[in-house]
Amino acid sequence: MATTTSLQSKRSDPWYGPLLTLDVLAGLAMVVAIWAGLLFAKDATNLAGDEQIAQRIFYFHMGCNITATLGFLLSVIGSVGYLVRRTLVWDRIAQTGVEVGTLFAFGIMITGSIWAKPTWNTYWTWDPRLTTATITILIYLAYMLFRNGMDNRHTRARFASIYALFAFISVPFTYYSARIFRSIHPIVFDGANADAQGSFSIGPSMGQTLIITITCFTILFLALFFHRWRQLSLEARIEDLKEELYQ
Amino acid sequence: MASENGSAETIVRVHNVAQRYGRKPVLRDVSFQVNAGEVAALLGANGAGKTTLLRILAGLDNPERGEVWLGNVPLAAAGHEIRRYVGLVSHRPLVYDNLNGLENLRFFARMYDLVEPEPRIEAVLTAMDLWRRRYDPVRTYSRGMIQRLAIGRSILHDPPVLLLDEPDTGLDQESVAVLTDLIAQLRQGGRAVLVTTHNWERAERWADRVYHLVDGTIEDGDEVLKQR
Amino acid sequence: MSSDSLRGLLGRPVTMRTDGGSAAFMRKVWAVAAKDVRAELRAKEVASTMIVFGLLAVVIFGLAFDLRVPKSSMVVPGILWVIVLFAGVLGLHRSFGAEVDRDTLAGLLLAPVEPSAIYFGKLASNLLYLFLLELFVLPVMLVMFDTNLFQFHILLGLSLGTLGYAEVGTFFAALTANSRARESMLPVLLLPVMVPVFMAGVSLTAGILDGRPVSGLVSWLVILAVFDTIFFVAAYWIVDLIWDGI
Repeated sequence: MATTTSLQSKRSDPWYGPLLTLDVLAGLAMVVAIWAGLLFAKDATNLAGDEQIAQRIFYFHMGCNITATLGFLLSVIGSVGYLVRRTLVWDRIAQTGVEVGTLFAFGIMITGSIWAKPTWNTYWTWDPRLTTATITILIYLAYMLFRNGMDNRHTRARFASIYALFAFISVPFTYYSARIFRSIHPIVFDGANADAQGSFSIGPSMGQTLIITITCFTILFLALFFHRWRQLSLEARIEDLKEELYQ
Repeated sequence: MASENGSAETIVRVHNVAQRYGRKPVLRDVSFQVNAGEVAALLGANGAGKTTLLRILAGLDNPERGEVWLGNVPLAAAGHEIRRYVGLVSHRPLVYDNLNGLENLRFFARMYDLVEPEPRIEAVLTAMDLWRRRYDPVRTYSRGMIQRLAIGRSILHDPPVLLLDEPDTGLDQESVAVLTDLIAQLRQGGRAVLVTTHNWERAERWADRVYHLVDGTIEDGDEVLKQR
Repeated sequence: MSSDSLRGLLGRPVTMRTDGGSAAFMRKVWAVAAKDVRAELRAKEVASTMIVFGLLAVVIFGLAFDLRVPKSSMVVPGILWVIVLFAGVLGLHRSFGAEVDRDTLAGLLLAPVEPSAIYFGKLASNLLYLFLLELFVLPVMLVMFDTNLFQFHILLGLSLGTLGYAEVGTFFAALTANSRARESMLPVLLLPVMVPVFMAGVSLTAGILDGRPVSGLVSWLVILAVFDTIFFVAAYWIVDLIWDGI
């Protein structure tokens, strides 16, 4: 009996099929990303030993980087959208962006630290990008806590959006302040940082690998984003139904 | 009394207002009006939504549904300037207990841009029998004195609309008598007064109409038009 | 209450200036600030707590670093700015917290006043408290750490940083005033956003103490000034949204 109802609900849910497909795609994408990063890409020729092996983490680092940025951009868009339109759809986009973005931002931190140990001989340094990324994570953890402390849905959405905007304004300041400090983070796509340690130039197979992994991580991001967004929408629907029942 | 001069101007109009706290609906569908020179009493048990309704009328809360009009201005579209026309006595005194009575009224006089505030403040404090205690911090006042200061605060700028949320709270018999007198004078002066209470007797004594707020609605049958 | 005095109350017409304009705006900003300071002089709830906490923190830091660092001027910049941030947050949340606790914020919002005037009034009183805190902390740091912070560029940077801190801090105090656990919420929201001010302030102070040329440190002053300006404008624009029917 229970199985029939759950089957029926699966059939009546138009998103069930597409989401399942997206999940499978995201799983495959991760396999492809690992294959591309570990097997397909050629060794970095200017590095040797542990550094050469550690360099391969760069592909995953960049994958997380792009998706985290995507999440935070969506959170700003969602916040502005809410303040202009005052509909909770926008607020859910903002919340999902922050949550999924923070997840990938932790990915940046972890992959970065593992790479930094053999290359910079330290897990951690107050480099501008590291500083900015850390502070951004702290800001968005604060955002999630702040949401948690408010009950009224619209007040919560409004205040969280306002905070997200203020926090967003402060991020470039953090970056530029930290940048005036000495920087040792390699700028792979700019090549302008003479003090950078552990740099490597992008060869043809590296460039291809990068495109593959970033695409794969974006698919994973989309799957996670969609699931969380839908979950929040369903929660809101339940809230609405409960309100109707009370009426 | 308002009907003496024929057609009375409607000052407060509430139309199909609904509001909820969290999931719980407090007001379901409230409609009524108060005319100039009229006192309306809002009766209802504790938790019936009287305070919620008054906060909406004062512009402190936005209703979930429905409209409120002050004069011919919809409250939702009005700027903060409309607040000049409303005075509120709330459950909380809305005065600063670290300041004295005089400083409190001086502060609010500045917030309402009163021209020549001093004589007005003196008149209000004298009428509220607080003039002798004007230099004492509010935290040394008794409950009744604080309530009188709160009433004084609400009429300081002489608004055409007065919202009194259980104004008799904490007042002794003598002060209630003067409050009754004040309400009568406000009516005579053409102000629109909405007063909440759960005391039937006082509602009858104060008001021209009595609305009964039950279960978040005011039903037509609950309106008692008094013969004066 | 006396019935006789009531009679005269409604007879006399009451006039309100409704011309508005920036003069009326400034009068209300001033009224809110003056009211806060007057109440503070009576109650001594906010500024005194900040100052005592600040002095306490100087002593604690002094004990913590005594004999552990070769030259105290190496840690003084960090100590100064940590004390300003942490002692400041102690007072900031009271600025709106006290109004919400006693529901007097509703009384303020009932008046015909722009929300930004309330914000700027609170900003002014908070700024005063923070400067007062610094006025007490700096001489004590001079004695305890034998480091003279009374140098023009350090004080300029401190003033700019304090302004930025008061701007964002007052704004976030308004934002958190109605949420649960606002005392702990405010620092969690505020401190990450204040990181640029902290970094700029510490670097500037350290640079001056190390005797580096001012020309190389001007960028810190620029960052602080731009931060102050942008958040001033942002707060002015956005503060109306906070009390949009609380």
